[in-house]
Amino acid sequence: MARVLVAMSGGVDSAVAAALLVDAGHEVTGVHLKLADLPMDEQVPGHGCCTLDDAQDARRCAQVLGIPFYVWDMADTFQREVQAPFAASYAAGATPNPCITCNERVKYAALLDQARSLGFDALATGHHARLVRGGGAVNDPGPGAQLHRGTDPRKDQSYVLYVATAEQLARTLLPVGELTKDRVRGIATERGLRVADKPDSYDVCFIPDGDTAGYLAERVPAAPGPIVDLDGTPLGEHDGVWRFTVGQRRGLGLERTPSSPDGRVQRRFVVDVDPATRTVRTGPREALACRWAEVELPTWTTGERPEGPVRIQVRAHGRSVPGQVVDREGHGVRLELDEPVHGLALGQAAVVYDAADAHCLGGGRVVRADRPAGLPVAVS
Amino acid sequence: MATTYLDHAATTPPRPEARAALTTWLDAANASSPHALGQRARVAVEEAREAIAAALGCSPHEVVFTSGGTEADNLAVKGIAWAARERSGQVPHVVTTAVEHPAVLEPARWLAARGDVRLTEVPPEPDGRIDPDRVLAAVGDDTALVSVMAANNELGAINDLAPLGPALRERGVALHTDAVQAMATLDIDVQDWGVDAMALSAHKFGGPQGVGVAVLRRGLGIEPLAHGGGQDRGVRSGTFAVGLVAACGAAVRAAAADRSSLASRLRALSDRLAAGVATLDGVRRDGPDEPDARLASHVHLSIDGLSGEALILALDDAEVAASPGSACGSGAAKASHVLEAAGIVGTPLRLSLGWTTTEEDVDRAVDVLTDVIPRLRSGQGAAVVSLADLPSADATSEDG
Repeated sequence: MARVLVAMSGGVDSAVAAALLVDAGHEVTGVHLKLADLPMDEQVPGHGCCTLDDAQDARRCAQVLGIPFYVWDMADTFQREVQAPFAASYAAGATPNPCITCNERVKYAALLDQARSLGFDALATGHHARLVRGGGAVNDPGPGAQLHRGTDPRKDQSYVLYVATAEQLARTLLPVGELTKDRVRGIATERGLRVADKPDSYDVCFIPDGDTAGYLAERVPAAPGPIVDLDGTPLGEHDGVWRFTVGQRRGLGLERTPSSPDGRVQRRFVVDVDPATRTVRTGPREALACRWAEVELPTWTTGERPEGPVRIQVRAHGRSVPGQVVDREGHGVRLELDEPVHGLALGQAAVVYDAADAHCLGGGRVVRADRPAGLPVAVS
Repeated sequence: MATTYLDHAATTPPRPEARAALTTWLDAANASSPHALGQRARVAVEEAREAIAAALGCSPHEVVFTSGGTEADNLAVKGIAWAARERSGQVPHVVTTAVEHPAVLEPARWLAARGDVRLTEVPPEPDGRIDPDRVLAAVGDDTALVSVMAANNELGAINDLAPLGPALRERGVALHTDAVQAMATLDIDVQDWGVDAMALSAHKFGGPQGVGVAVLRRGLGIEPLAHGGGQDRGVRSGTFAVGLVAACGAAVRAAAADRSSLASRLRALSDRLAAGVATLDGVRRDGPDEPDARLASHVHLSIDGLSGEALILALDDAEVAASPGSACGSGAAKASHVLEAAGIVGTPLRLSLGWTTTEEDVDRAVDVLTDVIPRLRSGQGAAVVSLADLPSADATSEDG
């Protein structure tokens, strides 16, 4: 039996996580983090962690489970640590993953610290990832917990938890990672939890309508620059590099511009974003092929840099590819990919798994990557 | 162990008299029905009205029942402002204070935002009190309404309304006061105070939740908020909640009869509580220094070096119920506009005493705070288990 704080978003996964912990005999307390101060008329029920309805759903689930429940206002922290850097990072030409930042600064690592200082033995969340110790599922906090992919391959969230350290994993419980999403919903129905059929949230929680460009347009000043071809030929203008991410195809406004010498219209992708010159470079899909990425400050869930063959995943819902982790002696690591990945943007997280593609070993944010950077850049 | 309940300013337990009246009149017929059963029910309503009028020093005709303090405040603020606007054809000026309860502040700001009134919010003194001279200085020729709370719900600071009533009446300005927090321990006299409107909430002085009183002086122009069957002077339509009204009347009677002895008992207990925590580092008692300017029921502390979230959890753990400040719609503690206006910093904790509070309650609260505050500051909420004490990989692999 342990004293466990469970972060309840108002969704079905964290509600069922709380239920399973109660069943396991733990002393469970629920906490809902109020992360954003969205005006009522902008709140979309079921979208993320920001709405009054979500707080109410979380509270009701806690009541049904008979556990104490609190709402903590982390809106200031969330604004400072997640929302502001998100906009700043786009403005600097990168493509951040705000869920990872949130896990690091608010929802997971910081919350675990707070839970510890309040006397809890562990923090539990509704993430679909498994903790494994001695070959079996982790039911109690303690050393030796390994982070593995969740049982439901479509829902696996180990990618966004790669920042966890061994010490943190020893204080973490992830009860729903053992289950498929269908089973989670089934348990919620059996327990009479009213979130059983609540839709999953896919969007960035503080942009409930999914319009990232619109969100950034209100927060980042316009900064026009050129859109160029691979060889630097000017193709058009844009009003801010934050509208673009490497690998993007839509929204370039170049659909009818020929991109091959014979005048054929080829599909054109963003292959590079240079915030210094505000240049957005485009090219064919082949130009996106990336065979290595560098990470400056990697973290390892095992406490040690992986050796030998590994699998590397660069997107939350992407496929992993085989590769190796090479030490750069004081400058982080270089991730060498045996198969190229397409559309790797700076700021994205590169996450390393073991060769069996099960055990999440850690990773970091990409600061440099194999891109057609050697090509000339047109200055308009 | 039973919870040590020191949140009487949020809700105080119902008095036995109120409980009995509620049970008795739960079965009442519609008090507006002309038949004998309706007339019997109406007796309960009118007896309650008379009891309240007698306790407040007003006429029974001036007592209107509402669903609670919030409705009574809204009725006074919006009702008086709209009636003034109707009468003069001008946008009336309203003066209130920055430390009012949201039940006054929010309707006033809402009226101002839609252009129905021009609003002035008078800031408080550092102890949370309102200087009557600053209120009077804000009043102009177009002022129709002044609303100043009798006592502040967070700090317990008592406002001196006496200089306001006569001066405002002379200028034809209506005076409303939110007396929700004052009723339990402060002698209220509508005539002496010179107020035209007053709001009360039954569950703050031993009545049930869901019923309150708006005192509205005869001759006061007021627009109703709820239109319908015209019950209660046409100002507040809706079937009389006979059981709630009867219980409210019983609670007022009990509270008024017991008030002076309760006030002196609570004064001693709250001083004992304040003295008990005065020795703790980084803990300050807020509000007025003069005992007469402070509700006997309230002890407001600001505590350095710990978070409100941690404090709530630790006190819950220790089974002490007190208020960490106001809460927003989601239930999260939020920064208090009252403390901000008064320039008070630190994590707030309001301990409020009531008719069931004992010396043991107060002593236990002191013991718990003495234990919890240093522990939270050092990051040890409860007994923290070290990693070494947790099951190791070997131990759990069996059941894993």
